[in-house]
Amino acid sequence: MAEALLQIDSLVKRFGGLVATDSLSLDVQPGEVHALIGPNGAGKTTLIAQLSGFLKPDSGRVIFDRQDITGLPAAARVRLGLARSFQITSVLRDFSALDNVALAEQARQGHSFRFWRPARRDPALRNPGMLALEEVGLADRADTPAASLSHGEQRQLEVAMALGSDPRLLLLDEPMAGMGPEESVSMVALLRRLRGKRTMLLIEHDMDAVFALADRITVLVYGRAIATGTPAEIRANREVRTAYLGDTEV
Amino acid sequence: MPAVTSLGLLRPIMTWRVAVAIVVLALLGLLPWYAPWLETAGIINQRFALTVMTRVLILAIAACSLNLILGYGGMVSFGHAVYIGLGGYTVGILAHHGLGSGFVQFPLAILLSALFALAIGALSLRTRGVYFIMITLAFAQLLYFVGVGLEPYGADDGLTINRRSDFAGLIPDRGPDKFVAFYVLSFAVLVLVLGLVHRLVNSRFGMVLRGARSNDLRMQALGFPTFRYRLAAFVIAGAICGLAGALLANHTEFISPAMMHWTRSGDLIVMVVLGGMGSVLGPVYGALAFLLLEEFLPGLLRLVLGWLHDGTAAVIGRGPAGALDDWLRLAEYWQIALGAILIAVVLHARGGIDSLLGRAGRG
Repeated sequence: MAEALLQIDSLVKRFGGLVATDSLSLDVQPGEVHALIGPNGAGKTTLIAQLSGFLKPDSGRVIFDRQDITGLPAAARVRLGLARSFQITSVLRDFSALDNVALAEQARQGHSFRFWRPARRDPALRNPGMLALEEVGLADRADTPAASLSHGEQRQLEVAMALGSDPRLLLLDEPMAGMGPEESVSMVALLRRLRGKRTMLLIEHDMDAVFALADRITVLVYGRAIATGTPAEIRANREVRTAYLGDTEV
Repeated sequence: MPAVTSLGLLRPIMTWRVAVAIVVLALLGLLPWYAPWLETAGIINQRFALTVMTRVLILAIAACSLNLILGYGGMVSFGHAVYIGLGGYTVGILAHHGLGSGFVQFPLAILLSALFALAIGALSLRTRGVYFIMITLAFAQLLYFVGVGLEPYGADDGLTINRRSDFAGLIPDRGPDKFVAFYVLSFAVLVLVLGLVHRLVNSRFGMVLRGARSNDLRMQALGFPTFRYRLAAFVIAGAICGLAGALLANHTEFISPAMMHWTRSGDLIVMVVLGGMGSVLGPVYGALAFLLLEEFLPGLLRLVLGWLHDGTAAVIGRGPAGALDDWLRLAEYWQIALGAILIAVVLHARGGIDSLLGRAGRG
């Protein structure tokens, strides 16, 4: 097996009596789209929070590109190339769409202890920002405050911001959450364009999307990975069918 | 087409907000030149006007510094007056020991305030919300009581400064000219601070600061270690406020722990909220409105109460209306009226006075 880009090693996270992540081990290979599925409460978002540095695991290790990042704060992980999007839309609501992606670009360019030149007139931030908006199809909404964007557009902006740091691994937490059918289609199209260019760990409830996009799928139930395999293998897996897929009729 | 571009630039620039800002700054800056005329016209004593307005300018500087962290950074520091105290005590104590050079006093006042802000911020910025408010208040009270305990420097009673900071004779520090000179100095400092804040909040640094106020988690997920940026802003704000403290000590020629009492920190918050959080000029409007109301509201109330008394007496007769003095005594409760005005502004204009002048654009 090739060197994994991300390796999760016996990760444990407890909330009181509840074991949200139960000795979970998992790896993400460079270039693949690895989907994480599982019923509500399986601990998917908790896992993303630990991978991105917002939650401290109780034990276990997270290794990114051969470096142990278990104790690193969130911002430091982004600088190593590990970016996330949020399940509940998290954009800077009082900033314009372009401001949002320009800030992502600003973060990518290094520290921001620059006190004098106006950031909003800096082509080094605005031009890459516009490109990022074009990539997700929001170019004509550049000057709209993020709060005034539709839900679907905010989800697109969310992904554009995560892409802004030019990550080597993109953690996508339900990018299609709450989207209408049409919006979902354009999001799937966007993720399909990214496929092959970006390594992704994708959490998603939309099974059509998951099976269309993923190279490998891991099924999480009560914090444990009960199966990992190609979409075909997962479809055929009896345990998965009883635990999860049975009630969604894939 | 260059013509279109320049028009496009001109339109958003010349708004009501900008016009009012220019007029207010011009009126403030030119006061020493038209104050004699005000006195001749019998409106207000020249010296008195300069004294009151110098105080307004200095506290506007302090409010601007608080606005940087409160308005743009979302950090509700309830102990910001502590830096006024630190700056003031630096000047007062050095002057007391015969070190009168402003070129030494002012940089030291700024440096000391910055260092304290670094220590206070490093600890308090690890908390959020009410805890942050309480911790900044606790630090301010701690230093307040240090001031109360400073026996060699007058403790509770404070310390008179016999001579203002000496700037190698460039700025008159005695004689009748000193009031005008000091007013001009304070105004110049205010303009510099306004320019500095304007550049800061629109720079890359400012975008991070404002982003962290809007959504701190998101900023971290973008790769910004927001704590460092917030701390840096906290230190800059402390340093600017220390400068205001050094000016204030010179203005009153007196220092006392009251300079950093928590109620003064509260006043600064009121000025920022009243004027408009997150607007560069807001704190100037806030300081103007708050301090001028404080100064002139009692007199204004007495005037209104006098009219009311005469009116009532005319309707129901002199006897039932009661004595004029009883009515005028109500003016002692002028702070109730001030409170009502503050509530009205906060309820009706979320963005403070500045937002009444037109919707805030970007920046």
